[in-house]
Amino acid sequence: MKLSGWGRYPVHNARVETPRDEDAVRALVTGRQSVIARGNGRAYGDSAINQSATLDMRQMNHMHSFDEKTGQLTVEAGVLLGDIISAFLPRGWFPLVTPGTKFVSVGGAIAADVHGKNHHKEGSFRNSVDWIDVMDADGKVTRCSPDKNAVLFDHTLGGMGLTGVILRACLRLRPVETAWIRQTTLPATSLNAAISAMEDAQDATYSVAWIDCQATGDDLGRSLVILGEHAALSELPAADRQTPFATPKKTKRKVPFDFPEFALHPLSLKAFNAAYYKAGLKKEGTALVDWDSYFYPLDAILEWNRIYGRRGFAQFQCVLPLESSETGLSELLRSISAAGTGSFLAVLKRFGEQESAFSFPMEGYTLALDFPMSEKNYKLLETLDQITLTHGGRFYLAKDSRMSADTFARSDDRVPGFQSQRTKQNWTRFSSVQSQRLAL
Amino acid sequence: MTKAPVLILGARSDIGQAIARAFAADGHAIQLAARNSKTLEAERADMELRYNVTVTLHDFDALAIETHDAFVSGLPELPEVAVSVVGYMGEQAENERDPQAAARVLRSNFEGPASILATLANEFETRGYGTLVGVSSVAGDRGRATNYVYGSAKAGFTAFLSGLRNRLAGKGLHVVTVLPGFVATQMTEGMDLPAKLTAQPDEVGEATLNAVRKGRNVIYVRRIWWLIMLIIRNIPEFIFKKLSI
Repeated sequence: MKLSGWGRYPVHNARVETPRDEDAVRALVTGRQSVIARGNGRAYGDSAINQSATLDMRQMNHMHSFDEKTGQLTVEAGVLLGDIISAFLPRGWFPLVTPGTKFVSVGGAIAADVHGKNHHKEGSFRNSVDWIDVMDADGKVTRCSPDKNAVLFDHTLGGMGLTGVILRACLRLRPVETAWIRQTTLPATSLNAAISAMEDAQDATYSVAWIDCQATGDDLGRSLVILGEHAALSELPAADRQTPFATPKKTKRKVPFDFPEFALHPLSLKAFNAAYYKAGLKKEGTALVDWDSYFYPLDAILEWNRIYGRRGFAQFQCVLPLESSETGLSELLRSISAAGTGSFLAVLKRFGEQESAFSFPMEGYTLALDFPMSEKNYKLLETLDQITLTHGGRFYLAKDSRMSADTFARSDDRVPGFQSQRTKQNWTRFSSVQSQRLAL
Repeated sequence: MTKAPVLILGARSDIGQAIARAFAADGHAIQLAARNSKTLEAERADMELRYNVTVTLHDFDALAIETHDAFVSGLPELPEVAVSVVGYMGEQAENERDPQAAARVLRSNFEGPASILATLANEFETRGYGTLVGVSSVAGDRGRATNYVYGSAKAGFTAFLSGLRNRLAGKGLHVVTVLPGFVATQMTEGMDLPAKLTAQPDEVGEATLNAVRKGRNVIYVRRIWWLIMLIIRNIPEFIFKKLSI
């Protein structure tokens, strides 16, 4: 069948198998020369596609056990973060680290070592994982953790599925008093101001900036900086304190068809961005927001990727080290607004310190945005790649769909180490269209 | 606060588990009945964790008619709703050649489910309330060459449910007939089914929950199948016998 990532580009024909239990996975892993596991397909590119065998892990989705004292939840890899939230938020628990969509599988979250709006304070997904069961090319299952089989653990988190098949994991959830977030919106009139605001907000649990990537000149990088904290019971209006986990049911709208190309005309993008920024100015200050709207605004629009039309889109996400963040980001934003293209909203986050075998985050600033697939944008993406490299940054593989092996190797000095581990540990059976493209 | 239990007969099936999940999400305790029920421990634990309701496992063999009375009296609590998802398609070619295989299909889809629902109906009637659900199939709406052994058994089961509904209607009990068209399950794995007509098991689960709550009599899943079968049922026999569908 035809497979793609969330960006719907590239599309490949692949043989998809759907194992329901460990034995089925074993038969597939040992029986094939080349496999990759796939979760819920939210990576943007081709990291979960292997033409000879892609293992759709969504049927391995049992929750095994939960410890109410420690918040430890043991689940199979196909369980979605959204399922965990549905089951446990009413009991006062929430994921410690969550990406921008709840429709990711636990296996996918581990393989990409996802991050959220709290990386500067609480790190990436790996900080919520106590152990993982990984199956190797011989069908043997190893339980790994930061203290045991640590090499496997360190490489599997962020390893994009290239170290084996993740079968199950033990996650630690965080206790919360309510399902609400106390959100503070701070408009920032320029990139400079946005970065200052985020630096000043290091103590906030959650922080993110939505950038108007169409603004130019003095307005370059004008943004809405949005901070958040889990609301305590006492912060809710008295009427809501009896039901702290009841939140308004959000109607999910579905994009029913692929939008035509003119929907993303430069003028409409510029207009949308400007309008969003102005609306944000009105929301300046503090407000209580439900968890779904705060963490997963795009999930409310099911299949929003169709707004980009049948040709799909490419996501660009890089991280720049702290010392070159401001100059690097300015240059990136100038290139993007000059091209008159780009996404509706660009997202900026502050990363805290992280040094892992292969995970994406490092201390600095990360910028994410998307572009409709076209010749012109392809070239722009290559320009953005070069700007990133010049400033010592690197790229998020969960978003990548077109980077060259050369660019990738130049962006990350851990690549040779990862490549040699793949051979040494006999992980080469696990490969994807992305890993082939990047010569991993 | 947990609602009264729902019994799923045939809990190993994808549709059975989907129906169980729909009722569990609605707050009902769940009784999962299947052969070798302890091998469903992962499903049981998962359902309990996800929905915060009590889920219990019970050994049940639809074909062992003689055990049905004991099975029902052995339940920890007589359920409020009992759903039979028991079914078995087999291979039409084999069913045509091999009388044993055919008998197995007929017993699995008609005799077995009818027997257990009859036993439960008597108990429900004595108690004074309850809902019975039989998952039959559109294949029972008309026998056709490609699957009539399975189809005829389902046809028998559909008529049984209709009769049972008639008998119990005056007594405040309800019987729901669920008629799925194509559903993407283990039973149909490998079959080339048209995407727009094929439901996911969870759709059958939600539709069943809805039908029980609203007291519907006969439901098709997906709903388009009501129209498709209306047409199929009304094609004159002299034409139908020449079709290959």
